Amino acid sequence: MKLPISKPGTSVENKTGDWRTFKPDIEVAKCIKCGTCQRFCPEGCMGDEGKVPIVNFDYCKGCGICANECPVKCIKMIPEK
Amino acid sequence: MKKTIEGSEAMAETVQNCNPDVVACFPITPSTHIAEDLDHIYSNGGIRDFIPVESELSAISALIGASATGGRSFSTTSSQGLALMHEALFNAAGMRLSPVMVVANRALSAPLNIWNDHQDSVSERDSGWLQLFCETNQEACDAIPQAFKIAESIAIPVMVCVDGFYLTHAVEQVDVPDKELIAKYLPKFSPKVKLDSQNPITMGAYAFPSDYQDFRKDLFDDLNNSKADIMRAHDEWAKLTGRKYGNGLFEGYRLEDAEFVFLGMGSVMGNAKEAVDRMRAKGEKVGALKLRSFRPFPGEELAKAIAGKKVAVFEKAISLGGDAPIYTELTTAALEFHPNVVISSFIGGLGGKDVTVEVVVQVLQKIKGQEPLKEWV
Amino acid sequence: MKEIRFHGRGGQGAVTAAELLAVSVGYSGKFSQAFPFFGVERRGAPVMSFCRIDEKPIRIHQQVYEPDVIVVLDSTLDPNMMGKGLKADGIAVINTKLPAAQTGISASKIYTVDATGIALRNLGRPIINTAMLGALGKATGLVGLEDIIKAVRERFPQMLADKNARAVEECYNEVKS
Repeated sequence: MKLPISKPGTSVENKTGDWRTFKPDIEVAKCIKCGTCQRFCPEGCMGDEGKVPIVNFDYCKGCGICANECPVKCIKMIPEK
Repeated sequence: MKKTIEGSEAMAETVQNCNPDVVACFPITPSTHIAEDLDHIYSNGGIRDFIPVESELSAISALIGASATGGRSFSTTSSQGLALMHEALFNAAGMRLSPVMVVANRALSAPLNIWNDHQDSVSERDSGWLQLFCETNQEACDAIPQAFKIAESIAIPVMVCVDGFYLTHAVEQVDVPDKELIAKYLPKFSPKVKLDSQNPITMGAYAFPSDYQDFRKDLFDDLNNSKADIMRAHDEWAKLTGRKYGNGLFEGYRLEDAEFVFLGMGSVMGNAKEAVDRMRAKGEKVGALKLRSFRPFPGEELAKAIAGKKVAVFEKAISLGGDAPIYTELTTAALEFHPNVVISSFIGGLGGKDVTVEVVVQVLQKIKGQEPLKEWV
Repeated sequence: MKEIRFHGRGGQGAVTAAELLAVSVGYSGKFSQAFPFFGVERRGAPVMSFCRIDEKPIRIHQQVYEPDVIVVLDSTLDPNMMGKGLKADGIAVINTKLPAAQTGISASKIYTVDATGIALRNLGRPIINTAMLGALGKATGLVGLEDIIKAVRERFPQMLADKNARAVEECYNEVKS
C-alpha cells in the first residue's frame, strides 16, 4: 500500500533560490531598519526584524516585493549574474 | 436477541455498538431516521461525538478529518446527499482513510423522487469505496461491523448500501449485534499512519505526474484484491453469529442446477427467492444470484458461478448513454472467463417502482429464448 | 402469510398502527413486517401502510396488493380505493358509526366500531390508530389483546399508554360484525 503522505520540512529541502532572475541589492546606509521588507517577504528570507536585512539567497525567489514596499527605497532589484 | 424494530433504528444501534469516535450526519430522506436515532443515542451519552454538520459535504469532510487522526468514523446519507459528497469521496479513498457510511439508496433528481433505486451509490462506483449491498435489515446490521473491520484493516472506505424505505422504514425482526459480540470481532482501530502533532505529516499533498499514476494503480490493485478481505471478514462474522450470506461476495439461491438465473442486488432479492421457489414448485429450473459486493466487482467468480446458464441481470440503475452497469461488467467478465453464458439486461425499480414477485417471474420467463434481451420492466 | 393494509389520512397514525401491530405480533415468536407507503407527507392526505404476519421469516419486500384484511381508520376515504385487491374471503375492519351495509365497502366479513367516539372519550382527541388495533385483534384473531397493550406500553409514556390501553380494550370489546 502506497500512502500519499509527506513529512514536514519539504519547504526547507526545496531550495527555491535558483528560480531567481533578479536579486535585491540593499543600500545599507539608507536603511532605517523599519522591518517592512521583513514583514512583507513571502519567503521570510530578509533576516530579523529591526535589523538591516540580510537576504537568505537559498530561498529568495527574487520576487521584488521588498523593493516595492521599502518606504525609503533602499532596495533595488538587479539582474542575477 | 431478536426484536421487532425499524431497520434504521437497528442499524443505528449497531453503529453505536461498534463504538465509533465520530459520527457526522446531515439528514436526508430516506436515511434520516438513522441519523436521528444516532443523534438521540449521542444525547443519551451512547456515542463519543456526534457532529450535526450543515451539509453532506461537511459530513464526509468531518469523517475524513476524524479518520485521519485515527478515529473510527461513520455517516449516513442518500441520493443528492451522496452526490454532494462526490469530490470528497475520492479524497477519502485516495488518502487511504477508513470511514464507513450507510447509504439508504434513493433515486437521483430530476425529476425529484424520494423513493428507492440504486443510482446514487452506483454512480459513485469509481470513487474507490467498497460497496456492500444488503437484502435485509439483518444483513445490514451484520454488514456494518464487517465494514468497519474491512475499512480499517486495508485502509479503504466502505459503503453499506440498503434500500431506502424497503429496509430503512421496515419494522421487522432483527437480531441487533450487541457490544460484547462486536468487541470480540472488531479490534481497536490503529491505522499505520495518522495525524499527530508530535509526529507531523501531510496527507493527500499533491503528487507529480511521475508519481500520481503509481498511487492510482496501487489503489486500483488494492480494491481488486480486497475480495479476499471481504470474504475473510464475512467468514469470521459467520463463525461468531451463524449468519452468512453466500461467500461474502455474492449468494446463490438454488443455483447449482438452475438453467435460468435472476441476478440483482438489495431487497428485491427476497422477492426473487420467493419467485424461484414458486417456479421450482412447478418444475422450472430457475435460481437467483444476489450480488453483495458491487465494488470490488467479483467478475471472475460470478462468471464461474453462471457458466452455462441464461442470466437476467436486473438493475435499479442505469448509465445514461451506455447500458446498465452490472450488465456491462458481467458481460465483460463472461467474455474473459466463461463465454458460454447468455446474459440479458433488465432495468426496473427506478424511483421506487415496485418490483414484485410477479415481475421477477415474468423476467425469468422472458429469458428462455436463445437471444439475449435488453428490456425495461 | 396474512397481509394487512391500513387506510387513513396523514396524521391519523396509520404508519404507527402498522408498526405497533408488527411489534405486538413479534412477542408471540411469529414473524412480522410493517412498512409505510410514503407518498405526500401531508396532514389529511390519504395514506396507506402495510403489515405482514407469518409463521416463517418474511423475505419479500413489496407493497401489499391483495390484502387479507383492510383496516379503515377514516371511512370518508374512497371505498373502491380501499377495497382494491381485497381477497374474496377478506375482512374489513372499519372505524364508523354506520352499520356495515352503509359503509360502501364490500368484503366477505365487515366489522365496525366507533373508534373515534372511544378515542374521544379516553384520549380527548380523535386519535384512533391504537384503538383500531383492538378491533383488528378481536375481528381477526391475528394478535392477542395483551400483546397489543404491551406494544402500546412500550411505545408511549405511562399516562398516554394508560389512556391508549383503555381505548384498545374498549374497541376490542365493542367491535361488531
